[in-house]
Amino acid sequence: MKIATVLLRSAAVIALAGAVFAGAAEAKTLRWSYQGDATTMDPYGLNETFTLGFQGNIYEPLVGYDAKLQPVPMLAEKWENPEPTKWVFHLRKGVTFHDGSPFTADDVIFSWKRTLTEGSDMKGYGAKAKEIRKIDDHTVEVITPTPNPILEREWSLFYIMSKTWSEMNNTTEATNVKGSNQGNHANRAANGTGPFVLTERQPDSKTVLKRFPNYWDKSIKTNVDEVVFTPVSQPATRVAALMSGELDVIQPVPVQDWERLEQTKGVKPLTGAEARAIFVSFDQVRDELKYSDVKGKNPFKDVRVRAAFVHAVNLEAINKQIMRGSAVPLGTLIAPEVNGFDKSFGAPYPYDPEKSKKLLAEAGYPNGFTVTMDCPNDRYVNDEKVCQAVAGMLAKVGVKIDLLAQTKGKYFGKVLAQAGYDTSFYMLGWTPSSIDSHNSLLNLAGCRNKETQSGLFNLGGYCNPKVDELTTKIGAETDQAKRNAMIKEAWEIVRADYGYMPLHAQPMSWGVREGVQVVQRADDVLDLRSAVVP
Amino acid sequence: MLTFILHRLLQSVLVILAVALIAFSLFRYVGDPVNAMTGQDTTLQQREELRERLGLNDPFLVQYGRFVADAAQAEFGISYRHRRPVRELLAERLPATLELSIVSMALALLLGIPMGVYTALKPKGILSRGFMSLSLVGVSLPTFLIGILLILLFGVVLRWLPTFGRGEVVHLSGWTTGLLTKSGLQSLILPAFTLALFQMTLIMRLVRSEMLEVLRTDFIKFCRARGLPSRLVHFRHALKNTLVPVITITGLQLGSIIAFAIITESVFQWPGMGLLFIQAITTVDIPVMAAYLCMVAFFFVVINLVVDLLYFAVDPRLRVRRAA
Repeated sequence: MKIATVLLRSAAVIALAGAVFAGAAEAKTLRWSYQGDATTMDPYGLNETFTLGFQGNIYEPLVGYDAKLQPVPMLAEKWENPEPTKWVFHLRKGVTFHDGSPFTADDVIFSWKRTLTEGSDMKGYGAKAKEIRKIDDHTVEVITPTPNPILEREWSLFYIMSKTWSEMNNTTEATNVKGSNQGNHANRAANGTGPFVLTERQPDSKTVLKRFPNYWDKSIKTNVDEVVFTPVSQPATRVAALMSGELDVIQPVPVQDWERLEQTKGVKPLTGAEARAIFVSFDQVRDELKYSDVKGKNPFKDVRVRAAFVHAVNLEAINKQIMRGSAVPLGTLIAPEVNGFDKSFGAPYPYDPEKSKKLLAEAGYPNGFTVTMDCPNDRYVNDEKVCQAVAGMLAKVGVKIDLLAQTKGKYFGKVLAQAGYDTSFYMLGWTPSSIDSHNSLLNLAGCRNKETQSGLFNLGGYCNPKVDELTTKIGAETDQAKRNAMIKEAWEIVRADYGYMPLHAQPMSWGVREGVQVVQRADDVLDLRSAVVP
Repeated sequence: MLTFILHRLLQSVLVILAVALIAFSLFRYVGDPVNAMTGQDTTLQQREELRERLGLNDPFLVQYGRFVADAAQAEFGISYRHRRPVRELLAERLPATLELSIVSMALALLLGIPMGVYTALKPKGILSRGFMSLSLVGVSLPTFLIGILLILLFGVVLRWLPTFGRGEVVHLSGWTTGLLTKSGLQSLILPAFTLALFQMTLIMRLVRSEMLEVLRTDFIKFCRARGLPSRLVHFRHALKNTLVPVITITGLQLGSIIAFAIITESVFQWPGMGLLFIQAITTVDIPVMAAYLCMVAFFFVVINLVVDLLYFAVDPRLRVRRAA
């Protein structure tokens, strides 16, 4: 009798253990790697695509992006723009944060205020609102300082934090490097409304996310229960770890490794065009170029010289030789995914080296001249190789390029505004954070103006007041059809002025294990809501 | 003896001050940290404010002075990238680097010394020739390449060992160790071997040449003439006399192993101080770079001191001379 009981109990225990093991075996884990770590878990700590994209699995905005970068309701169910400077967001009901507290209008207002604190790098996002009023627990009214037709897009990376949690953990201000509230709680811990909960955080080494059982959207595709994220900085090691089966998804895969992944069983490269436009431009401001053998004048002030440069570069060849045909050659500064893109100005300029030689001769440089090109070598896809190709093609029409390719820290330290735009000829890439033309027009094609923040990344100083005028109007026009017509007009002017030498929308390349499905969004963000593992 | 140690420690402070001075004079050329700390929507004015707040607009001597004053209170500031105290970051990463370095050094000694002795005793043997050619590979191939080759062979082709990371670690009151878990030990093998290979060949060649030298000396001949068994002659008398330079080199190499673990750590994504440092360089994280450089300088000074003290222990002549 006794023995029988013992046996029965042991059997029960074994069965139970078996069930537990079976349960454990069914838990689906996604092992994911990127070339760097998400810098911080604080959603206002750093306005950088990967960091914010990673946080987007834990935290959520009012309105987010779908797989095609179109706005979709997230924490706001619907929204309207009843007056030019007023937006109303109707918040989703029944949403809870990971700690169980309910999501309400107070959290939106708190989060907005937090973006404006000293350490925040999202102050620009906060500045899009002059005031946020609470209408009721689930409705907020946003007053914008100027009419803003695309607030919902511009706020797609403004994540909502919990007021109660932030207050409880003394993290009501953004993580700050210097001054008040240094390195605070939200830097390493998180409490969002997203489908994944941050459960372990070892910066640079390992970050673990677990599925949030009470996530509001039951329709998301993912079957992943746990995500183990491990940054691997060396591309060769990252690719090897995918091939050895230690990782399921890696970002990015160097273009030259695609073939290897294609030929290896069990893994494959996943490629597509990114919304990042890569382009080259000229110092059009200084009276004498800083880095050139032409003295006493600036050849780039002559549109014929700029046109000669643009027509001398064969974008198709660059795409084929360096990008394995996966880039999208461009004739403008925005990628096709960006709102306002049109073939009329987006198609590449024709490649015509004869015309280039003629134009150079007309401008008074029949034998070309020498100029230094600034280029990063670890920022964009094959950036240094692309610069070398551009230099080689320009050499064929007589222009000699001294290439100065440097690591991004040094490169940006030289060419950006703080260093006084210390360049004569440079390469840069740009993804408008709102995936809308206005951001690119303002930052890249606007005349440089410290007060209005126009042209902050217009490193060559291209300036056409007509473009500025249109950009200001675009910023306030709420009629989308009229707005897009003005966007088109503005880009056509930039094109006709040869203000830039557009190159291409660069390719994204990820590597995945066979059977793993992920949606490759054009902003290079992996949204775990779409991740399915076998 | 005590004055000797004190004297050396005092010197170490000077060395660290000099290293920090050189470091700070170079930081102006590594790029602008503000770019790595802000996104593209950050306005110029906000960038300027941040520069001002970080004190980056001050002349480098002022920045250096501030660093020294803070460092004197064991305060190394906040990492620009991690937004956490540098002291905390280094303490977190130190175990990984020390574990890797010490295991590599042990590996190098345990394999290098016997191989050196063997090649000295049987210079014409087939195995000796094998060791010697292997050592050529170890000396001539860059660490980076060796690491990648090992990853490809043992990680991708054979799939015996993990390709990156440190595996599961155990936390022991402020220290983390991977030596107590299976995945931790497995993860240690490739990086430790990669890091050890160069040192191993160095030690082997050093022991070999020293040994050949000693074996030719008179006192070894006398030992033989006395009829001592050759095991005793070789290991008791000959090997012991080769050890002084080996200790010097080992000591100095331990310092450089800790410092040059950078490459191995970045190939294997080993979460140690080297990886922290290399990432600090790419993001122009000045507080981390400054603290790391000072710390490595400190390690070198301490290791040199230990080496000097070990001489006394190993070489009786030094003790005699000092006593006289």
